[in-house]
Amino acid sequence: MSNRVSLFVTCMVDQLFPKVGMAMADVLERLGYRVDFPEGQTCCGQPAFNSGYRSEARTVARHFLKTFEASEKIVVPSGSCTAMVTHHFADLFQKEPETLDMVHAMEKKVYEFATFLTEVAGVEDVGARMEDVVTFHDGCHALRELGIRSAPRRLLAHVKGLELREMVPAEECCGFGGTFSVKFAELSGAMARTKIDAIVGTGARTVVSLDPSCLMQIQGALSRAGLPVRTMHLAEVLASR
Amino acid sequence: MSVEFDRKIHDTLADANLQLAIYTATGRLKEKRIEVTADNALPDYQELRTQANALKKHAIDNLDHYLEEFERNVEAYGGKVVYCKDATEVSDFVLDLAKRRGSKLIVKSKSMTTEEVDLNERLEHHGLESVETDLGEYILQLAHEKPYHIVAPALHKTRYDVADIFTKELKVERETVPEKLTVIARAVLREKFLKADIGISGANFLIADSGAVAIIENEGNARLTTSAPKIHIAVAGIEKVIPRAQDLAVFLKLLARSATGQLLSVYTSFLAGPRRAGEVDGPEEFYVVLLDNGRTKLLPDRSKRQSLYCIRCGACLNTCPVYRKIGGHSFPWVYSGPIGAIITPQFMGVSHEPGLPFASSLCGACGEVCPVKIDIPKVLLELRSDVKKSETREGLNRIEKLAFRVFAWVMTHPRIYEMAGRMAASIAPVSDGKWIRSVPAPMSVGPMKAWLSERDLPPSPSKSFREMWRAR
Amino acid sequence: MSRDNILHKVRTALGRSAGQAVADVPPVRLRVPEAAMEDRIALMMARLEALAARTARVPTMDAAREFVAAAIAGKTAVVSNAPYLQECGIASLPGVRSGIRDVSELTEVCARVDIGITSADYALSDTGTLVMLASPAEARLVSLLPPAHLAVVPRDRILTGLDELFTILPDPAAQTSSMVLITGPSRTADIEQILVRGVHGPGQVTVVIVG
Repeated sequence: MSNRVSLFVTCMVDQLFPKVGMAMADVLERLGYRVDFPEGQTCCGQPAFNSGYRSEARTVARHFLKTFEASEKIVVPSGSCTAMVTHHFADLFQKEPETLDMVHAMEKKVYEFATFLTEVAGVEDVGARMEDVVTFHDGCHALRELGIRSAPRRLLAHVKGLELREMVPAEECCGFGGTFSVKFAELSGAMARTKIDAIVGTGARTVVSLDPSCLMQIQGALSRAGLPVRTMHLAEVLASR
Repeated sequence: MSVEFDRKIHDTLADANLQLAIYTATGRLKEKRIEVTADNALPDYQELRTQANALKKHAIDNLDHYLEEFERNVEAYGGKVVYCKDATEVSDFVLDLAKRRGSKLIVKSKSMTTEEVDLNERLEHHGLESVETDLGEYILQLAHEKPYHIVAPALHKTRYDVADIFTKELKVERETVPEKLTVIARAVLREKFLKADIGISGANFLIADSGAVAIIENEGNARLTTSAPKIHIAVAGIEKVIPRAQDLAVFLKLLARSATGQLLSVYTSFLAGPRRAGEVDGPEEFYVVLLDNGRTKLLPDRSKRQSLYCIRCGACLNTCPVYRKIGGHSFPWVYSGPIGAIITPQFMGVSHEPGLPFASSLCGACGEVCPVKIDIPKVLLELRSDVKKSETREGLNRIEKLAFRVFAWVMTHPRIYEMAGRMAASIAPVSDGKWIRSVPAPMSVGPMKAWLSERDLPPSPSKSFREMWRAR
Repeated sequence: MSRDNILHKVRTALGRSAGQAVADVPPVRLRVPEAAMEDRIALMMARLEALAARTARVPTMDAAREFVAAAIAGKTAVVSNAPYLQECGIASLPGVRSGIRDVSELTEVCARVDIGITSADYALSDTGTLVMLASPAEARLVSLLPPAHLAVVPRDRILTGLDELFTILPDPAAQTSSMVLITGPSRTADIEQILVRGVHGPGQVTVVIVG
C-alpha cells in the first residue's frame, strides 16, 4: 500500500488558517506518509454551489478533478469541503457521464482528516500531548453528510493531558452555513450565540472541530463576546506535543 | 430576500419573550421525539422511515391510480369525492352544499389544508358561521391570526394572551389558569358541536383501498366534528393518499412519535363513508374534497416531488435551528419551517420570496428527523439554483452573478487566485494576532459589514499555507 | 370538470397514461411478536397508567359488574349496546341508560350523563389503546361525549399492537364506517405547552380487563 497522500487544504485554510494545514501535514508525516501539495489547487466550489450558481460550481469542480487526478489519496481538514466532493460533485455532473465517472473515482479517494487517520491509517493515538479542557463541536456536514461522530472523539481521547467535555445541547449548527452567515447575518449571529452558550456551559477552555468554517464562526462570536475560550482545529490538537 | 422577510426575522429575533417561547416549546417537542425514537424505545425506527419513504414514493409516483381507487371505494361505501383545483372551488362546494341543505353552522377540526385555502374567511364572507374547535386553532380564530407551527398552532401565545383574547371575544370573566381557559373553550365549543349542521375536517391520510380518511388528534374535537353533525366533509391535498389500510401500521408508529413524542396520539379515527345501516350515530353524508391548489406543480420534477411525501408531523420545525429562532410567522405562507421552505417556492414560484431557500445553514437536521425521509437540504439546494436561474433570466442580482463568475475564474487560475489572496492580505487591517472588531469605513460594506455586525473577523496571516509550504 | 383536469395534470406530470398498471406496493412487514397474555395485560395496564388512565383487572364478568356498579355510584351513566356488557349484566345496572337506538336520544343522553360505558373490539397492549368499531352494538358518541369513559374488555381481545391489528383486520372499512383507536384521556398542550386533560373527549378513562 502506497504511503503517498495529497493535501487539499481548502481555500479557507490556505488563506486564513494556514497553521491548520501545516499541523495536518505534520501529523501525517509523523505517521510515515509522504505528503504532497498539488500546487494547482484552489477551492472545491462549495460557495458557488450553495449560493445556487451550479454552472460556476461545475467550472471549479472540474478544476479540482483535474488538479487531483494523479493523487492516490487526498486528505482534507474540512468536513464541508470533503462532503462537497464526495456528496455533491455528482449532483453537478448528472448530465456529463464522462465527468461523472471521474467524480465517482474521486469520491473514493477523498478523505476528511479524522476519518483518514482512524480508517485508512488505522490509528487513534498519534502521540499527541496537550494539557487542556476541551469541548468538541460537530460540524453539520461532517456529522450528517459524512456520518462522523466517534472518530474525532477517539483521537482526542488519546491525547495525553486532555479532558473532553460534551456540549449540551449537542449537534446543533453553529450558524455559519457559508453565505448564510452574511445573507442572514443577524440570524447567523443569534445561532452562534446559542452555540457559545453551550460551549461556556462546559467550562472548556478550547473548542475543537473538524471544520475551519465552524471555527471561524465560533471564534468570531467568542471574540465579539469577549470570552477567553479559544478554538483549535483537530489537526492542531493532534500536532501538539 | 424581500424587505418584509428580513423585517419579520429581525422583529422575531428582537423579541426576547418570543425567543424563549419558541425555543422552549420546540426544545421540549424535540427532546420527546428523541426519547421515543431512540434505539431502546423504537429499535425499528430507521427501518420504518425507509418503509414510509418507499410507501409514499410509490403512492406519489402512481398518484392517479390511487386517487381513482380511493374515489371508487369512497363511493362504494356511500360517500362522494369532490376534486377541487383551488381555494374558490373548495368554498364554492361547501357554500353550495350548505345552501342546499339550509346549513348555517359549521364546526371545523384542525386542517392546515383549509388554512391554505382560507376556508373560514371565505365561508364567513358568505354568512356562514365556521368555528375552529381545536383549542389552539380556536384561540387563533378569535385572535384573527394564522398558525405559528404545524402541530402547535398557538405556540407563541402566553396564558395571558389567551386570557385577553377570551375576555375580549367571549365576554367572559378574565381567567389565566390554562385548565380553566380550556374549560371555557370546551363549554362554548360543545354547544357548537351539537348544533352544527356540517363538520369539516382535514385528513392525515387518504386510504385508497378503503375509501377511508384517517384523522389523528389528541383533543377529541375531530371525532366530534366528524360524528355529531349530519354532514362530514374531509378536505385533503391529493398527496395524502396511501395505498392500503395496513400501511397505517408504518405511518402511525412514526407520526405521533415524530410530532410530540407520544407513542400514539389519543385518537386515530379511520372513517369510511357515512354511517352504515344499523349504526346508531355518525354522519348521514360523507364528502372528501381532494385539493390540487398547485400540488400538481410539484409532481414533474423527480427530485422535488418528494416534497409531497410530508405527513405534517412538524419534527423538522422542532429541530431546525433557524425555525427555533425565527418562528412560524416569519415565513411567508401557512406552512413554515423546513417543509414550508421547500414547498412554498414550488407552489408560489421562486420569485414569491427568493430569500426563502437561502434562509438555512443547510445543517441537515431536518432531513435526519423526517419520518418519510424527505431530503430537505437537497431540495433547498435545487431551489437555490432555480432562484438564481430565474434571476439571471430576469436580469436581477447581476452583481452577485458577476461576483461568482469572477470567483469561478479566479478559482480555475491558481496564479490569479494566489495573487488575489496576497492582495487581500495586504489591505487587511493590521492585527497582532487578535481577531478584528472593525474595519475602516470604506471597507465595511456588503459581506464584510454583515460579518462584522455579529462577529469578529480572523486576522490575516502573514503567509498563506502555500507560501509556508514552499518555505519548508 | 376539475376531476378530469386534475387527473390529467397528475398523469402528465408523472408520465403515466390513464388506466396504466402500477408495480406492486412496497411490502410492509407486519411483525406480530410472541407475547404471553399475562405480559400483554401487564403492559396494557402500565401504558394506560402512564397516560393517567385508570385500570382495573377483575376475574369474572360478575366482578366486572360489581366494579362498574361501584364506579358509577351516585353518577349518571349510559351503556352501549355491546352484547358483552349485557352478558356481564352491566347494561341492566340500576339507573343506567342503555339500548338506545335513536341518534337524537343517544346524543341527548350522552351529552347529559357523567359516564359512558362501552366494551371494545380490541385493545393494543404496546400502546394502551382501545380499538372501537362503530356498529349497532357500539355507537360513537358513548365513548366521546360524556366527560368520563369506562371500557370493559375481555382479556382475549388484547392484541400485541398495530401490526397484529392490521394482520387480523386488514380491511376495517368492510366492517364499519368508523374505527377509532383511543389511547388515554383527551388532552391538549396548546396553551404554553401545559398539559390539560379532558378538552373535548373524556378527561377520565378507565379500562377494566376481565379475566
